[in-house]
Amino acid sequence: MIALGILLVLVLLLVVFGLLFRIQILTSIFSGSSAREIGTSNRVNAILFIIFMIVGGAAFAYSFIENYGKMNPPIASVHGFEMERLFWTTMIIIGIVFVLTHILLFVYSYKYQHKEGRRAYFFPHNNKIEIIWTVIPAIVMAGLVFAGWKEWTKITGPAPKDSVVLEVMGKQFNWLVRYPGRDQKLGVVNYRLIDATNEFGFDLSDKSGLDDFVAGEIHVPKGHPVLLKIRSRDVLHAVYMPHFRVQMYAVPGMPTKFWFTPTKTTDEMRAQLGNPKFNYELACNQICGRGHFAMKLNIVVDEPDDYVAWFAQQKSFSEQNPDVLANFQQKSDKLVEKENASAAAAVVTQAAKASL
Amino acid sequence: MAANLPTHSQVQGGIGVTEPSTTHHDEHLHHDEHHDQHWLFKYVFSQDHKVIAKQFLITGIFWAIIGGTLSSLFRLQLGWPESTFEWLSPFLGKWIEAGKLNPEFYLALVTMHGTIMVFFVLTAGLSGTFSNFLIPLQIGARDMASGFMNMLSYWFFFLSSIIMFTSLFIETGPAAAGWTIYPPLSALPQAIPGSGLGMTLWLVSMALFIVSQLLGGVNYITTVINLRTRGMSMSKLPLTIWAFFLTAVLGLLSFPVLFSAALLLIFDRSFGTSFFLSDIYIAGQALNHQGGSPILFQHLFWFLGHPEVYIVIMPAMGMVSEILATNSRKPIFGYRAMIGSLLGISLLSFVVWAHHMFVTGMNPFLGSVFMFLTLIIAVPSAVKTFNWLATLWRGNIRFTTAMLFSIGFVSLFISGGLTGIILGNAAIDIQMHNTYFVVAHFHLVMGSSAFFGLFAGVYHWFPKMFGRMLDEKLGYIHFWLTFIGVYLVFMPMHYVGIAGFPRRYYAWTGFDSFSQFADLNKFISAAAILAFFGQFIFIFNFFYSIFRGRRATENPWNSTTLEWTTPVLPGHGNWPGEIPAVYRWPYDYSKPGAAEDFIPQNVPYSQTQSSNLPYERDTEE
Ligand code: HEM
Ligand SMILES: [Cu+2]
Ligand SMILES: [Cu+2]
Repeated sequence: MIALGILLVLVLLLVVFGLLFRIQILTSIFSGSSAREIGTSNRVNAILFIIFMIVGGAAFAYSFIENYGKMNPPIASVHGFEMERLFWTTMIIIGIVFVLTHILLFVYSYKYQHKEGRRAYFFPHNNKIEIIWTVIPAIVMAGLVFAGWKEWTKITGPAPKDSVVLEVMGKQFNWLVRYPGRDQKLGVVNYRLIDATNEFGFDLSDKSGLDDFVAGEIHVPKGHPVLLKIRSRDVLHAVYMPHFRVQMYAVPGMPTKFWFTPTKTTDEMRAQLGNPKFNYELACNQICGRGHFAMKLNIVVDEPDDYVAWFAQQKSFSEQNPDVLANFQQKSDKLVEKENASAAAAVVTQAAKASL
Repeated sequence: MAANLPTHSQVQGGIGVTEPSTTHHDEHLHHDEHHDQHWLFKYVFSQDHKVIAKQFLITGIFWAIIGGTLSSLFRLQLGWPESTFEWLSPFLGKWIEAGKLNPEFYLALVTMHGTIMVFFVLTAGLSGTFSNFLIPLQIGARDMASGFMNMLSYWFFFLSSIIMFTSLFIETGPAAAGWTIYPPLSALPQAIPGSGLGMTLWLVSMALFIVSQLLGGVNYITTVINLRTRGMSMSKLPLTIWAFFLTAVLGLLSFPVLFSAALLLIFDRSFGTSFFLSDIYIAGQALNHQGGSPILFQHLFWFLGHPEVYIVIMPAMGMVSEILATNSRKPIFGYRAMIGSLLGISLLSFVVWAHHMFVTGMNPFLGSVFMFLTLIIAVPSAVKTFNWLATLWRGNIRFTTAMLFSIGFVSLFISGGLTGIILGNAAIDIQMHNTYFVVAHFHLVMGSSAFFGLFAGVYHWFPKMFGRMLDEKLGYIHFWLTFIGVYLVFMPMHYVGIAGFPRRYYAWTGFDSFSQFADLNKFISAAAILAFFGQFIFIFNFFYSIFRGRRATENPWNSTTLEWTTPVLPGHGNWPGEIPAVYRWPYDYSKPGAAEDFIPQNVPYSQTQSSNLPYERDTEE
């Protein structure tokens, strides 16, 4: 196997050098005497530019269209549609500039190739054209900045008051998810309290944390704003959810956030794509070490009712880990009862219905 | 070096002739009088800017081969994630585990590839070579302001290279936190083994590298300001010199910030400070660091990092402007606008850095400001492009290899620059950040364009460097292979990026969203590896032609700038006699009424009455 690889490399090199040598010899025969005349190669190169433009352009157009379907992760959030519009509008503008400038570049190269006896046109500058082609890009850029700025402030603006809140925490090499429970308040966490069972570092002397529950995947209701609170407990990670057009770094010591509104349930998306195995995925998009490439979490978008049902079934962290709870000499009695959980469901249902 | 002989004697002949206007060069001349220098001081510890330039070039070529090899390795992994790489274990040893590339080593490969290409090849190799070679020759100086500092600049680079190279072979592997070395990953050996000794060596090497850059930069700036020959006003400088000059200014103002970032990181790593670290629980342990901010590091890094991308591209822009004008036989269009846009880019490049950080959690208002400033920078870039196109218009174009690469440069700069407009839009960057779309963007606009500028420069100035010509036919093959190869690699990368494929992924096979691009990834890898092998044509041509190439004439391209008024192989001191004075701008090509289609800068207007424009007359004499 090793020998084969090395042999392959050697053969490749030999082929390359063989070619080189032949060409070298041919060159010396043809141009041995002619010191610096402009020969046929000038014409050949000019023609090659035109061929490059036509063949390259066609290949590019073809492959672009061919891959267009795969290129666009289906959109599943409200702002995603706006962002997509902005993206493709910009793509069209730069596409036009790309095509025009390349046509000029290659056609000029061809058209103005060296001709014996012709003299180039002495044309050092022209203020009028230069002003025009400074001002026009400036105006286009201003338009793009304005459109982008409007969208950006909308996306990064404060989340609606009735958002579903959940917390995502990055660690080497997976994601931890926490919901605030019935009281809609995430309890205090402290990195010094982290251990194998208390992965979040719950500080259970804070009452609002008693009903918090952790989940193995993210569930969010369709059509309802979702506020992601994001943190990391070791190195940088980034929450990247391509279908929702969501991305935000997870930074140790500096909680970040991002809010969005899902528009399609997982089932709807499966039906739309004709792929029963489809799942929304959360990927880590900031280099974080060995397992970076596999730091994945599934996201489930539910109908609001299903979400409420799921929410109601979850057991709080403190309930599942009584020994951890016992360690915090809690001042008050255990609050977490099953009936409370169903009260939480009612709150969420109301909120979800209000927003529909 | 054989071709050295005839001109060498000319140099000595002229060396005694010192004219009053160049007294500041006396030390160099004096130096050359004992010309029986030990070879060690002539070729190794030389203070001659031309020798130093060649040292930078050859070291740069060495690094380019290493950097390219690393990328071929990780492209193998990306193209064929399921196959076994047992056959690589003779080279990679323990980094092949049961036929699989170690994922941490994959990250190390990516990291070292980026570091090597950005800093060692495209900063030191490109700017180090051509700033050194061309500044004294084009402004009419005997050498740099300080030959000694110049020599130090190379040897600091050399030392830095040795350390970086050594780090490739250590037990825990080289740095592996990405070329941007974001902490905490880069600060904690518990997080990735590359952040142990490998990272220490990275930091030490880069510190030395920065010293090299600063020594070089101060020298370039001083030389351009003080040592211009008689008549060479700033408004008569070739665009190459303007580009090198502003590049040096950028480097001088921004590299120290990277130095401080590196220093603070060293403190965090070794002395328990918390500049960049806070609230960390790793490897079963809560660390004591509190109150630091990893985002602060990113601000410091990109305060260099963004100017750095222009440090890489501006020298290429300058050389391409020069080569396009020479081979179109036309003045560069809009000389003043070209200088203006270089100035604009230089200025703006200091106030856009946070466009690399739109989604780090930075205040969204800052995001708006940086989006605004970022999109402004597209305007001077556009002006430059239009001016290059206008330079070709109605020219009389000779396709030398250098010219081909310059045209290729313009094409790549357009293709890559345009996607910057997408990324600079904060709202869109939410989706695009850290995907292959960014990778495609900067490989076209920085990686490939700058490489094309580098090749154009080597093909164009090789005759002045080595007294011989590179083989043009091999050059053509090299160009077309590379031009096609680069597009085959980086155009499809956009598609993968638009689909949201994250960069720095060892494999994508775990994600449904990304696994549909298996074929495309294979295609990209194959194209990349082929294009890499194509570069050996150049390497062969380069070394072959140094010794066996066709002999060059003094001014093989009929160019107007001063370096072509020197002998075929200029000796130490550059001009055997007096340094020529300059009377005109560097772009008098195809001037109506002139006998030839070029008038060198050192020809007085009094000798070209038939072609002078109304306002053109000699001011002195
Ligand atoms: C039209 C002008 C340009 C604009 C508006 C622009 C914009 C951007 C933006 C916003 C990013 C960050 C993308 C992200 O990480 O999400 C970026 C990345 C980058 N750009 Fe540009 N760019 C332009 C031209 C250039 C030029 C001329 C170069 C180099 C010569 C360059 C080199 C880079 C590099 C190296 C990166 C990626 C760094 C990394 O993350 O590793 N760009 N560009
Ligand atoms: Cu990661
Ligand atoms: Cu930048």
